[in-house]
Amino acid sequence: MKLSGWGQFPVVSCTLERPRVQADLQALLARGHGPVIARGMGRSYGDSALNPAMTIDMTGFCRMLAFDPVTGLLEAEAGLLLADIIAAFLPRGWFPPVTPGTRFVTLGGMIAADVHGKNHHRHGSLGNFVEWLDLLGPKGEILRCSRQENPELFARTLGGMGLTGIILRAALRLLPVETGWIRQRTLVQPDLEGVMAAFESSQDATYSVAWIDCLARGNALGRSLLFLGEHARRRELPDRLAAQPFSVPSRRGWSLPFALPAGLLNRYSVRAFNALYYQAGRRALTERLVDWERYFYPLDALAHWHRLYGRRGLVQFQCVIPLASARTGIARLLETIADAGRGSFLAVLKRLGAQESFFSFPMEGYTLALDFPVNDTTLALMQRLDAVTLEHGGRFYLAKDARLARETLEASDARVGSFRDFRRISGAGQSFASLQSGRLSL
Amino acid sequence: MSGGSVLVLGGSSDIGLAIARAFAAEGHDILLAARRPAELAADCADIGLRHGVKARALRFDALEIEAVESFLDGLEELPAIVVCCVGVLGDQPLLEQDPLAAAGVIRANFEGPALVLGALANRFEARGSGVLVGVSSVAGDRGRARNYVYGAAKAGFTAFLSGLRNRLASRNVHVMTVKPGFVATRMIAGLKTPPALTALPQEVAMAVLKAVRRRRDVVYVRRVWWLVMRVICAIPERFFKRLNI
Repeated sequence: MKLSGWGQFPVVSCTLERPRVQADLQALLARGHGPVIARGMGRSYGDSALNPAMTIDMTGFCRMLAFDPVTGLLEAEAGLLLADIIAAFLPRGWFPPVTPGTRFVTLGGMIAADVHGKNHHRHGSLGNFVEWLDLLGPKGEILRCSRQENPELFARTLGGMGLTGIILRAALRLLPVETGWIRQRTLVQPDLEGVMAAFESSQDATYSVAWIDCLARGNALGRSLLFLGEHARRRELPDRLAAQPFSVPSRRGWSLPFALPAGLLNRYSVRAFNALYYQAGRRALTERLVDWERYFYPLDALAHWHRLYGRRGLVQFQCVIPLASARTGIARLLETIADAGRGSFLAVLKRLGAQESFFSFPMEGYTLALDFPVNDTTLALMQRLDAVTLEHGGRFYLAKDARLARETLEASDARVGSFRDFRRISGAGQSFASLQSGRLSL
Repeated sequence: MSGGSVLVLGGSSDIGLAIARAFAAEGHDILLAARRPAELAADCADIGLRHGVKARALRFDALEIEAVESFLDGLEELPAIVVCCVGVLGDQPLLEQDPLAAAGVIRANFEGPALVLGALANRFEARGSGVLVGVSSVAGDRGRARNYVYGAAKAGFTAFLSGLRNRLASRNVHVMTVKPGFVATRMIAGLKTPPALTALPQEVAMAVLKAVRRRRDVVYVRRVWWLVMRVICAIPERFFKRLNI
């Protein structure tokens, strides 16, 4: 069947299997028809979870297996949805320790991409909270991997994009919270200098992320709204909310029923949107209570929002520039985008904390993420952004990628060689591959 | 918890598990009865964790009719609601040649389910309350060449449930017959079924939950099946016998 990532680019015809019991999954591997890739909700943007020969849908493995109410350790199958974790455990006072921008992702997918959230500068990526995982290896064997058992395989599976084996089960430490509310503070910053200084002086904040007006130029280059957040304590809620601290107003969900015409998102509409959004941010209350859903998952309220970008889909550009060169690097990226007049209204800037890992995306510095509709102009623009990223010592987020060149990845990331060697020696290279791993020769 | 516990017979089936989850989400404790309860440990853990209810698996074999009373005696308490999803489809061509295999299908779809619900009915009648849900089949509405062994057994089960309902109507014991139509389960994996007539197990579960609340008697999960079966049943036999449907 036709499959794609969230960006709907590329769309590829794949043989899709959805086993329900472990023996069936092992049998699929044992057939020896060549490499396979595991797929969760397909929320990576590009071709990370696509393999035309065989893609294995893991959402049939979605059971919670055990929970320790003292430590907050949840054991579950890899196809479990983050949304289900929240639905079951937030009412009991637990929240995911790290969350990406959508809750419609699987546990296994989050581990494979070693996702980060708005608290990366404080708490690091999801891998920090994974106690162990069970991995189905190239010969059908199941290995318990943790910091004690098979530690190298464990560390390489975090951020390994499903290329070290198939994650079957994992144990994730949840975070105790007193309410389902976030105290959000909005800092309006007139330029890049300002927002980066504000990030640096807000390192104590649990959550921080900035929306950046990527079409602003000159003096206003990098003008931003910086959103800081803290889990609200129960005593910080007004009485009417404190009685039921985990119950938040339900939202009406919307859905885009079809792809909008591709030309609808152009420099004028995006510029107008960005200007309005920035002005609205300036007028908004600087501090207010926001429920967890609106705070962490505003886009989940609009199902199929990728259709905003037209039938050809969207590509996301996300890189991280190391701290030392972040000021000039991010400025050059923004100038390149503004010069091209190809902005996106979902442009996000985020300070990442230090992280040492085998193949995960984050490192200490600033990450910039932007969406573009797929067309020849934006694809060419992204190559210029690649070059700027390389010049400043940055690297790229594979979970967002659909089009990076192998040479670019190699130039950006010295860890590629070691990842390839590991795949070759362990045999994972023969058993697990995606279109992305093929394109990048991983 | 609220509303008492729910016993699902045939608790390892896709429909049985979906029904268990739907009732657990409403706060009911769950008992899953199946031939191999050890295989349901993860499902029990999942149901318990998601919904904050108690969920346990028990050994039960609908074909062991002599063990029914002792199985019921072994329950800690008599459940408030019992849903019977026991059944096997069988391979019709094989069943035409192998009387023992055919007997097995008839027993698993009719004799076993009917007798255990009959035994439960007596206990519910004595208590003066309870709901019995039998998952039967549209295949029981009219015998067809394609699956008449299965269909005949389901017809028997449907008739049994109807009689039980009639007997207990004045005793505050409600008996419900569910005819799901095609359901995307392991039972029909590999069969090509029309999407408009094929429900998901979760859809069957929600329909059962809703129908139990409304105390409905006979439920076609997708309403279109009611119409389809009325048409099929209205075809005169001398035409029907020549059809291949």
